[in-house]
Amino acid sequence: MSLLNPLIQGVLLGGLYALYAAGLSLIFGVMRLVNLAHGDFIVLAAYLMLACVTALALPAWVALLIAMPFMFALGWALQRLILNRTLKNDLLVPLLVTFGLSIIIQNGLLLAFSADSRRLTVGELEIASWTFGDISIGVVPLITFIVAVLVILGLTFLFYRTRLGRILRATADSTEIVQIMGIDPRHVFAIAMGLSFVVIAVAAFFMGVRANFDPAAGPSRLLYAFEAVVIGGLGSFWGTLIGGTILGVAQTVGAAINPEWQQLAGHVVFLAVILARPRGLLARA
Amino acid sequence: MRYGIAISTWNSRLILIAAGVVVILLAFAPVIAPRSLIQDLILIFVMCAIAQCWNLLAGYAGLISVGQQAFVGLGGYGLFALIILAGVDPLLAVLLAAIIGTLIAIPVGLLMFRLQGAYFAVGTWVVAEVFRLLLAQWKALGGGTGNSLPRTATTEMFGLSTINALFGVRNAVGREIVIYWAALALAAAVVGASYLLLRSRIGLALSAVRDGETAAESVGVDITRTKFAVYVFAAFGASLAGALYFLDSARISPDSAFTVLDWTAYVIFIVVIGGIGTIEGPILGSIIFVVLQSSLSDYGPWYLILLGVLGIAVMLVAPRGLWGTFSDLTGIHLLPTRRRLVPLGETPPTREA
Amino acid sequence: MSLLTTHGLEVFYGDFQALFGVDVAVEEGETVAIIGANGAGKSSFMNALSGLAPTRRDAILLAGEAVGGTPAYDMVKLGIALVPEGRRLFPSLTVEENLLMGSSGRTVERGWTLPVVYDFFPVLRERRRQLAPTLSGGQQQLVAIGRALMANPRILLCDEISLGLSPAMVQTVYQALAAIKARGTTILIVEQDLRAALAAADRIYCFMEGRVSLAGRPAELSRDAIQAAYFGTAR
Ligand SMILES: Nc1ncnc2c1ncn2[C@@H]1O[C@H](COP(=O)(O)OP(=O)(O)OP(=O)(O)O)[C@@H](O)[C@H]1O
Ligand SMILES: [Mg+2]
Repeated sequence: MSLLNPLIQGVLLGGLYALYAAGLSLIFGVMRLVNLAHGDFIVLAAYLMLACVTALALPAWVALLIAMPFMFALGWALQRLILNRTLKNDLLVPLLVTFGLSIIIQNGLLLAFSADSRRLTVGELEIASWTFGDISIGVVPLITFIVAVLVILGLTFLFYRTRLGRILRATADSTEIVQIMGIDPRHVFAIAMGLSFVVIAVAAFFMGVRANFDPAAGPSRLLYAFEAVVIGGLGSFWGTLIGGTILGVAQTVGAAINPEWQQLAGHVVFLAVILARPRGLLARA
Repeated sequence: MRYGIAISTWNSRLILIAAGVVVILLAFAPVIAPRSLIQDLILIFVMCAIAQCWNLLAGYAGLISVGQQAFVGLGGYGLFALIILAGVDPLLAVLLAAIIGTLIAIPVGLLMFRLQGAYFAVGTWVVAEVFRLLLAQWKALGGGTGNSLPRTATTEMFGLSTINALFGVRNAVGREIVIYWAALALAAAVVGASYLLLRSRIGLALSAVRDGETAAESVGVDITRTKFAVYVFAAFGASLAGALYFLDSARISPDSAFTVLDWTAYVIFIVVIGGIGTIEGPILGSIIFVVLQSSLSDYGPWYLILLGVLGIAVMLVAPRGLWGTFSDLTGIHLLPTRRRLVPLGETPPTREA
Repeated sequence: MSLLTTHGLEVFYGDFQALFGVDVAVEEGETVAIIGANGAGKSSFMNALSGLAPTRRDAILLAGEAVGGTPAYDMVKLGIALVPEGRRLFPSLTVEENLLMGSSGRTVERGWTLPVVYDFFPVLRERRRQLAPTLSGGQQQLVAIGRALMANPRILLCDEISLGLSPAMVQTVYQALAAIKARGTTILIVEQDLRAALAAADRIYCFMEGRVSLAGRPAELSRDAIQAAYFGTAR
């Protein structure tokens, strides 16, 4: 059996992981916060779209368009109402508060939607694929990858070419000095969290279209996102794509060898990277 | 005026004696207490031990782990492997399993210490996942579905026949009493060891660095090495507790052994509610937790949401927890570990710095 | 009416009190220098004026209005801009981005704009695409001043802007301040270099241990009086 197919599938899967990771990387970059509920918010967003699809009979992509501003508002409010209160402390409080949120979201979803696994449907596109010899490229995985590249291009543009991006980077440098420039860092943080949640909505859409999800699916999404961020190197959006791709390839190659090794192979590659280059593959010195 | 550094309060010896009396009284509980209470107490002791270890990590060493389930699970699986595959006596197997967990913690810790802060936290979670996935591959111990202890394994447990005769009970009850005593000893030992550690020079150095009173280099103690030792000790405590817990439940699976909910979320809840950075907090927290658990766990998801909301509320409103807030308000410290500056000659039990 | 006055200004860091009732008045268009030994509370005073250190509302009057305790991000919109001690540029931003950050809080494009600042400090135009930490210390100080000017302040606060600069660069900086003053901007400087302070300022205040120990015009102050107020030796 050739390794080419798992390799290609892995790269495409990496696009999804990069989408998981981009939002996590964004807020870590701006406010040094690791949101332990990141994965659970992805799952929450997927259920939100599912609810739109089932209750309002909308196509899934319309549900995504609705979910994006909604998730922005949710992230913004979360930051303003809860997380901004935690940031003056060391890392304990923000970590534990987001960990508590993770438990609340999982169980809230369980109450609202039961433990059954669900899926977002986009009609025939789901099964469409192009076949070249013994390699078949699914349309949805390909679109996911392209969207991941576009999201990362967009974030890079936003961060390095716009006024908002300048303010985000300056706030990451010093929350004190931006204040004497007329900027309230709490507001900047809220916008950053809102942006992260928009990326979460996009990630959730492709997660839900590509595979089943259930209320307990969040923590493993967090771990994939985190691994992609660390493998790629902190503070770099392109790093999340590289990290995501490496993670995806590790998983599909592992699964090709033994189906039970999929997750294990990803984790092992992650541990190998921290052993060899704890600051990630792309880290600036 | 001259000052010395005191870490005892006037009544601290009294308190230690009282603590000893409480432990002895608890040891006699099986004589009168119903079995359900004994089971609750076993859970309190086990959770208290794990929570105290987590408290040492997060509250003193500044190491926030969300992966302590790795060691609880390794303790449990070590126990099952030793009993089922090697026929070791259960109580001895508990100790050996804890040693296995501790030995594994050393390379794991070396790897995790390459990560800082929040990255350390998530890294430990990944490691726990790795162990869960690995042990699900171990077919001799039941693979993904897990395994039960054979009935015969615990009927010949060390000391069981004596206890059966002494209390006039059947095997099942006698087994429970042995486990109860072991769990009591575990909790008392972990609390005692933490207390001694924190009052030692090393513990004082850790607290000073944590409170930002001084730079790590200036305390005359290698802080990184100390933190590593705390990490390994916490792994030992968690493995020991895990081995005992799974000896009591007599059934294990990768999902129950490595669940982040039971061995990290609950533990964090206990420490946060009780009071992080205090010895008393985790004790109080585990009692509260087990009471809540036995009265509310039928509400399932609502119960967990409640725990999450309570935990977040305490973090935001009273980050020092119930005990921390109480002792801030009243000045009462039952098991004081913090240094206080006192004028020499006024307070009897002082130590010169 | 003075443009800026403080009345019984106090600053606390937790339990530690850094300023004990400081009264200072700055007229429109003036340059006022604050001198004093290390730890006298000069930076605390500047931080209170810029909103970084909390104070009582009526402790600071700007054109007669009580503005004490206004958050820093609103204080700059009222027209008080700070060049902080130690420059404090944004290390991951370029020179130009640092300058643009200075204008974040303002809404109208007038007065100090990017081209005006570049004309004022031509060396910065050449370095505009460089990351701030790659500039020399003196050039970084120019960026810090330019960044504060981009807010179009009525009052420019400069905390030890000559620290660590070569004599030639100190001269450049003070010439720049003179030109800024000529445009009608009121300037308040903290300066350790006594000679530079006396030369640049219309009036000086000397701080000692959180209090004003001396105030007056440079020409009217004797060397001994300044020395006594500065070091706390017998008067
Ligand atoms: N953030 C802070 N927290 C606690 N104390 C502070 C803080 N900032 C300043 N202080 C204290 O306040 C006092 C005044 O400090 P300040 O920085 O205002 O002095 P300064 O006159 O600017 O000194 P220098 O000439 O050295 O810059 C000092 O004793 C200092 O230790
Ligand atoms: Mg100063």
